Amino acid sequence: MPGLGSLRNNTLVAEFFSQYMWSWAAYLLTGLIHCALLIQVGAVGALFFIWAERKVSGRIQDRLGPTRVGGMFGWLQSLADGIKLITKEDLMPDGADGLLFRIAPYISFCASFAALMALPFSDGWVAIPINTGVFFILAVLGLEVFGVILGGYASASKWSLFGAMREAAQVVSYEVPLGMCVVVPVLITGTMDLVQIGTFQEGWFTNWLILHDPFTFIIFWVYFTCALASVNRAPFDLAEAESELVAGFHTEYSGIRWSYFFMAEYGSMFAVSGLATILFFGGWNGPVPITGWLGLTHETGPIAGYIGNFLGLVNFVGKTSLFVIVMIWVRWTLPRLRIDQVMKMCLKFCVPIAAVMFLGATFWQRQFPGGVLLKTSYGDRYVVTEADTAAPAKSKDSAKPAAKTAGEASPGQPSADKTASVSHRVTKGS
Amino acid sequence: MATDLGDPRIIEFDVRTDEMLVNMGPQHPSTHGVLRLVLRTDGEIVSEVTPHIGYLHRCAEKIGENLTPRQYIPYTDRMDYLAGMNMNLGWALTVEKLLKLELPEKAKHLRVIIAEMGRIASHLVGMGAYGLDLGSFSPFLYAFREREKILDLFEKACGARLTYSYLTVGGATHDLPPGWLQECEDFLTQLLPIIEEYHALLTTNAIFVRRTAAIGIMSAEQAIGYGTSGPVLRGSGVDWDLRRDGEERYTELYDGYAFEVIVQKNGHYPNDHKYPAVPGVAVLGDCWHRFYVRMLEVMQSIDIVRQAIDRYSRASGTHGIPVKLNEKLPKGEVYLETEAPRGQMGFYLVSDGTSIPWRVRARSSCFSNLCVTHELCRGCLIADVPAIVGSLDIVMGEIDR
Repeated sequence: MPGLGSLRNNTLVAEFFSQYMWSWAAYLLTGLIHCALLIQVGAVGALFFIWAERKVSGRIQDRLGPTRVGGMFGWLQSLADGIKLITKEDLMPDGADGLLFRIAPYISFCASFAALMALPFSDGWVAIPINTGVFFILAVLGLEVFGVILGGYASASKWSLFGAMREAAQVVSYEVPLGMCVVVPVLITGTMDLVQIGTFQEGWFTNWLILHDPFTFIIFWVYFTCALASVNRAPFDLAEAESELVAGFHTEYSGIRWSYFFMAEYGSMFAVSGLATILFFGGWNGPVPITGWLGLTHETGPIAGYIGNFLGLVNFVGKTSLFVIVMIWVRWTLPRLRIDQVMKMCLKFCVPIAAVMFLGATFWQRQFPGGVLLKTSYGDRYVVTEADTAAPAKSKDSAKPAAKTAGEASPGQPSADKTASVSHRVTKGS
Repeated sequence: MATDLGDPRIIEFDVRTDEMLVNMGPQHPSTHGVLRLVLRTDGEIVSEVTPHIGYLHRCAEKIGENLTPRQYIPYTDRMDYLAGMNMNLGWALTVEKLLKLELPEKAKHLRVIIAEMGRIASHLVGMGAYGLDLGSFSPFLYAFREREKILDLFEKACGARLTYSYLTVGGATHDLPPGWLQECEDFLTQLLPIIEEYHALLTTNAIFVRRTAAIGIMSAEQAIGYGTSGPVLRGSGVDWDLRRDGEERYTELYDGYAFEVIVQKNGHYPNDHKYPAVPGVAVLGDCWHRFYVRMLEVMQSIDIVRQAIDRYSRASGTHGIPVKLNEKLPKGEVYLETEAPRGQMGFYLVSDGTSIPWRVRARSSCFSNLCVTHELCRGCLIADVPAIVGSLDIVMGEIDR
């Protein structure tokens, strides 16, 4: 079944290549292609968002932003900056720890880049389909802080050290509420696979998880706040607070190494925004199920499915860019918080709110397992197969291979065991 | 070789390992020029702040002892370079006091217009730069957008945008060009609603309030004891403004003008029903109040300029004819303080009867204001240091002279 299960996509490409070469080379080539594609996303995405940051901040501040480079709108400004950064002298302070100082930007960049690997850009369009994608992205994004701490420590500058320590304290604290927020969509969909979470929200925008129940609605804002904090964006940009710490952890960095930190920042902005899109805003599913009406699905044919997926990609990137632009907007509007206020906000507000919302969402799941809005459409999804009811102790893996097929839909059998039903996807016709 | 740990010569013995000395400045983004603060920190907590000054010392006072007073005017511009007009005025009034010069009515109102416009321009920078200190970039550019318009007006009046040398001994170098008053009026009209935006972005912003309220609290006694002046003094609730309480030669400029000193009395600022309410967490004398006083002074200066425009256009006489470049000074010594935007700016002049003063000294308002830093910053967080220093709104050019 081409292009259906996201799990198979990689294998499909590799199998296609292995007709022409050794199979190990085919897998290597597949991996390289995915990497090359993702580096494009990472680098071009960073270029675009840096340009957007300039333009948006310019408009916010009653300026024009870049207008000249590349003709209209200064769209090549980031590239020009990149060339400037590459040609700059690579400086390292005398007292710096050479190895750590050099390696730190790469660690940061790799971490934020690796997060993109598990991010599905459209239905099944994911470099490495991981059935614990949510967990993987959070874990890998958490690694970014290592680069910052190493860089700050190795710079032999007091300002860098302050920045690194702030970052360490802040990111470690904010990962707690961030994790709690992320668990709620996982709880509702019953899977950690981002592709499945995205597929769960197919259809009208009312199926998006942010509208699933009041708790998810609130927890999205908590998530967004924590995401801002964990990627060090204003008003939580304490690690690089220029009015206090000169430039924080990257005070001593210049040229290309500095630009790696910069790209890492924008990469992780994109990653957390993408995660928000998938977890709360329907992922690649547009607000209106146009692809379904036009038959642009894999059921119609591979090309139609490809076009449908491409439209999904546009949707995903659009929504993600919207979040990034909101982050930019926030940055240029608000003053910066103080370190104690950042901590207080995490421990006194974000964690309790996230915990209560988590409880609430659990409760909601128990009471209204089919959802409240558009109940019927949700009812379609929650079909408990006999296998499930017969063996509820069976692990989730047993339900996973059951892919959606174009079989006869048995309209919404109201589940007998409501609590058990929530964690399973459609297994019709299997 | 036995080591006696009690030996005070062993350096490690008295090194306080938890503390770190951090050098903030002179090349630091938020020290407003070339101020250098040495922070003794324990983690994020600052236990001691020592300001070091002198990086912008240009011997301005000594230069004054080698030039005639009118030649010295451009050097006063460069003292408080954000309020050059007010510096010109202070020096001009001091020399006029020595010369016992009386100015025509029109020249006085002209000076009020220019000085108050200078105050608005200066406070706009103070406000914007304070936002910058707290990590909010946009208000800075909004403030400069409006300041540009004032600078355009000043440029029309005297040809310069930063170092004006406009108000001079005996009056002003030129009269205001035709149509200037109308443009000024238009500017004030469009500035008023924009102040509301500043209030929304900063004054009432929740994060801003949390960053400034109850931070760097300076009691009225402290404020007086350290000789602070201007908005810093009034932010602590001391009812003192040289425009009202100053010397006759200065206050006569403001004779007949309706204005109230911006200071909190009985928990209220004058006309405070028009402005955003004081947040509950703010304490008199904290950073928020110093900022708020500045914002209200902008409103008040708008009002004073409007009155001055009205009176200027009805006044008789000229804009004042500047004295000769090498006007002979009578023997004697004078001292005069004026209310510059940042506080009391005083000039001291001793003449031995020639046209070049024998001694010139300047009393800097920011210097006294900065002296409080070590008191206010004791035990605060690193992030509060820019917040406190920024609320004092110092200009290093004036401190170092």
